[in-house]
Amino acid sequence: MASITIDGKVFEVDVKNNLLQECLSHAMDLPYFCWHPSMGSVGSCRQCAVIEYANEEDEKGRLVMACMTEPREGARYSIAAASKFRAQAIESIMINHPHDCPVCEEGGECHLQDMTVMSGHTYRRYDGKKKTHNNQYLGPFINHEMNRCITCYRCVRYYKDYAGGTDFGPQASHDNTYFGRWQEGPLESEFSGNLVEVCPTGVFTDKPFSKHYSRKWDLQSSPSVCTGCSVGCNTNPGERYGTLRRIVNRFNDEVNGYFLCDKGRFGAEFVNSSERIPVNMMRDSHNAAPIQIEPDAAKEALKNAAKSAVGIGSPRASMEANFALRELVGEENFYAGIATEELDMLNKIIDIYQSKPVKIASVKDIESSDAVLILGEDLTNTAARLALGVRQSVKNLGRQMGADLNFPIWHDAAIRQLAMDKLSPLYILSPHTTRLDDIAHTTHISSAAHSAKIGMAIAHAIDSTAPDVAGLSKEEKALVNEIAESLKSAKQALIISGTSSLEPALLDAASNIATALQSGDDKANLALVSSESNSMGLALMMQGNAKSLEQAMSASSKTAIVLENDLYRRAPSADVDAFVNSLDNLLVLDHLKNRTGEQANLVLAAATFAESSGTFVNYEGRAQHYYSTFKSDSNIRSSALWLSDKHFNEITAACAVAIANCGAIAELTPGENYNFAGLKAPRQHHRYSGRTSMRANISVHEPKQEQDEDGVMVYSMEGVPAIKDAAVLNSPWAPGWNSNQSLFKFQEFAGGPLKQASNGQRLLSNNSAEKTWYEAGNSDDTSEGYKVFPLYHLFGSEELSAYTPAIQEKATSAYVSLSPEDAAKLGLQASDGVQVEHNGAVPFIVRESIQPGTVGVSVGLKGLNFQDMSAAVSLDKAADWKNPELWRAANIIVSDKRVEGAD
Amino acid sequence: MTNIIASTALKARQLTEEEIHEIEHEKTHYPYAQAVGLEALKIVQKYQGWVSDESLLAVSEYLDIPPDDLEGVATFFNMIFRRPVGKNVILLCDSVACWMLGCDDLKAHITSTLGIDYGETTEDDMFTLIPVPCLGDCDKAPSMMVGRELYRNLTNEKIDQIIAGYKAKA
Repeated sequence: MASITIDGKVFEVDVKNNLLQECLSHAMDLPYFCWHPSMGSVGSCRQCAVIEYANEEDEKGRLVMACMTEPREGARYSIAAASKFRAQAIESIMINHPHDCPVCEEGGECHLQDMTVMSGHTYRRYDGKKKTHNNQYLGPFINHEMNRCITCYRCVRYYKDYAGGTDFGPQASHDNTYFGRWQEGPLESEFSGNLVEVCPTGVFTDKPFSKHYSRKWDLQSSPSVCTGCSVGCNTNPGERYGTLRRIVNRFNDEVNGYFLCDKGRFGAEFVNSSERIPVNMMRDSHNAAPIQIEPDAAKEALKNAAKSAVGIGSPRASMEANFALRELVGEENFYAGIATEELDMLNKIIDIYQSKPVKIASVKDIESSDAVLILGEDLTNTAARLALGVRQSVKNLGRQMGADLNFPIWHDAAIRQLAMDKLSPLYILSPHTTRLDDIAHTTHISSAAHSAKIGMAIAHAIDSTAPDVAGLSKEEKALVNEIAESLKSAKQALIISGTSSLEPALLDAASNIATALQSGDDKANLALVSSESNSMGLALMMQGNAKSLEQAMSASSKTAIVLENDLYRRAPSADVDAFVNSLDNLLVLDHLKNRTGEQANLVLAAATFAESSGTFVNYEGRAQHYYSTFKSDSNIRSSALWLSDKHFNEITAACAVAIANCGAIAELTPGENYNFAGLKAPRQHHRYSGRTSMRANISVHEPKQEQDEDGVMVYSMEGVPAIKDAAVLNSPWAPGWNSNQSLFKFQEFAGGPLKQASNGQRLLSNNSAEKTWYEAGNSDDTSEGYKVFPLYHLFGSEELSAYTPAIQEKATSAYVSLSPEDAAKLGLQASDGVQVEHNGAVPFIVRESIQPGTVGVSVGLKGLNFQDMSAAVSLDKAADWKNPELWRAANIIVSDKRVEGAD
Repeated sequence: MTNIIASTALKARQLTEEEIHEIEHEKTHYPYAQAVGLEALKIVQKYQGWVSDESLLAVSEYLDIPPDDLEGVATFFNMIFRRPVGKNVILLCDSVACWMLGCDDLKAHITSTLGIDYGETTEDDMFTLIPVPCLGDCDKAPSMMVGRELYRNLTNEKIDQIIAGYKAKA
């Protein structure tokens, strides 16, 4: 800490931060563009200029950029004295900027607007010709409007330096400076959507949002959690006229920070899908035509059926919905709704987190690790935000090199120059190359079972009391020792694995390695990725028992209630068909039409995350609450409220009491008695327009305000906005700060944790210091045929986001991936298809990294059901092959050289 | 391996043996192959006259530099031509000294003689006219370069002779 004087006032500041950060932290309005809390300072935009005085006598001082200045003890600065310079700087920045705010989508939440007003440049003197540029097509997610660019370079620093993208960059110089791709085409980074928030003006805007655009102040929004994967990134959905318009990032210091992946940002519009189940439908027999029934009648039918039913829960439904189903059918009749294999793995993860001497790693912990081992998890496709975190972790060597030379941590350009291509070690064991290979020290190609063996050997190399394995090659033994050394010498090692490869031995190996690394209080970070938004919550609900979907299907009940779950994604089609046919009565609660729902006798229209509240438990066992964003049509209800007569908060409270480890889920919201000066938190901005007239086409009478199910927020603009109390922070706003940059007003210091809002609650923890080991299994696979491994796609593999048009544009139909040797052996030509046993024919691509004798099969994509695959399959050239309409080979972005396949 | 995606229908041109030989020679001067990007573009331009998309992609693949990075370099430097130019590139200096001594008149003369403005190429692909901010030859202003030759103390007559000389050589 140091004490400095700014414009005559004395402030205590943290010398580790730069002066700009400290000015913002102390609630001073100092304009800036190029600085970003996650990306540090480069001092290029000249907006945060202040005057620094040499001593008490100095009256003139000198101009310094606050973002590039380390606060010195006793130093004297002035923000006011440099105001003319800042106004001039912004005037020159604005010379080529168009006067298009009224038609620009950034208008109203534009950092450039805010800064221009703040700097005092209110009158434009330049009347010359402005430079104009051509815009590019950048894919289905991002609009490009280069004329608005003010060349702050934030996009490049984010896209290339932070997110590791290679297909975007700055071109030309001075007036011609251009930010784009060298040739038009979709941006390839899985994190491109953050450009929308990183760009301080309207160069990069949200393309799906622009198709049904609304100003920020006209959007109704609430704190929410992404449903795309098990990371549980915090989001802010925005709604207008009953449809979900967009998703923006909601800051959570420990989880997603400032950034989302593109599935999270652009994958939520399934809420508006034409495939939504809009009303409740009932039919007497399988073959009868369904008829619509009223909600109350539907609920009555559900309750009557529940008396003798099995309840099948879901890893994508909230804790409350799963718990309400468990209560309705009784604990003994409640089943997890996922395959035994997966449930066992989730139970194992809970066991590891609770009993092994490891530290459960949040995204923030991942970012601060300095040696990483990924065991068989294709992170970019299964938990993308973690992959972005790993990209930050490899920069820690550079940061350490900088720290050794006393470089401030925020000095981004200096640290990058110093580090050049030196990265902290990252090792990946995977059956195919991954999108993180460019930063990996080594990517070792091996099957999941074999990777687990290597992992066991690594644990043994670190701690000889851990079980050893036989059967590794000489090269692999050398690799084992190299990885063991690298993890041992790290300050904070991190092991990542997960359930996606369906290989439990990988979890054993990951646990053993992390356990081996423990010494005293030093524990290794461990992140075990699960598959869906509430997989961990569902597993917690099962409390260690093994009641999987298979058991539900063999329970010989004649009635089943299926909660938000397409069973065909969980078990082989033949088994699900047999189960459904054995039932007299199938009741389904879901948002979207699917194969299970089509066969139901009663379909209840379930609210999505945007229309209901609930709790998800992420991969680390962190429970997070999401508030409904808007009230749905009266036919649609939250699953929890379909299944229970209780008040929503009572369901949460009962779940917290009944389910072990889940006590904290009742503490995630301020509670229904929450108020600030007697008022609730509004979902609508205080500038929300059209309230009295927006329903005038239906009725000129303004309806009563909708009631909120958990009673913390209101569906209204009335109430005390977050600026006073940020406990329920939705869309940040502060006077003079209309853009998302206003977030720092809610943080303990600029870039730090939020003052009042909750980061969620970790449900699992341990104080274990006892080393216990998993034994190495003998998992040598002897099945005949091509050994199958799953290929996940960020765009398309996940069930809900696949209903979103923009995601569909980035997805492809099902396919297999083969080694060049096997493609030759099968005699495949570019235009051929591959017959996968009796499961149908699909297109193929050939990848150099794939081992002969193995085949990658896409998961969740249209055209082939991964659940129908056996461990090994026979492959043949398909007869009379024509590529399906949805096949888009160019959307498959891989990091090994792709040999020409069926394009 | 860098991730070069077939998101473009463009195919890289095959680099010639001379080009590869010179690029390999440049590589010996630098610790990383990626550092040779600019030199490689200059080499390609020396042999091809300009850097086409196909050439850029060829260098990108040869040196394992993403094409976007290489395009950033190519467009930053004015003298890397990303559009075809004539056989002889006329670089007419338009900085202060040359401007004071009448480069505007010289430009008008060239334009009327060859029928090309700045950035244009004659129909017979003989000449391209480009302004250049300074040739460092202010004491002999006005001046210009054609190809690698510097011409100083220019007058309209001198320019006619120079142009005639290049036409005769063709």
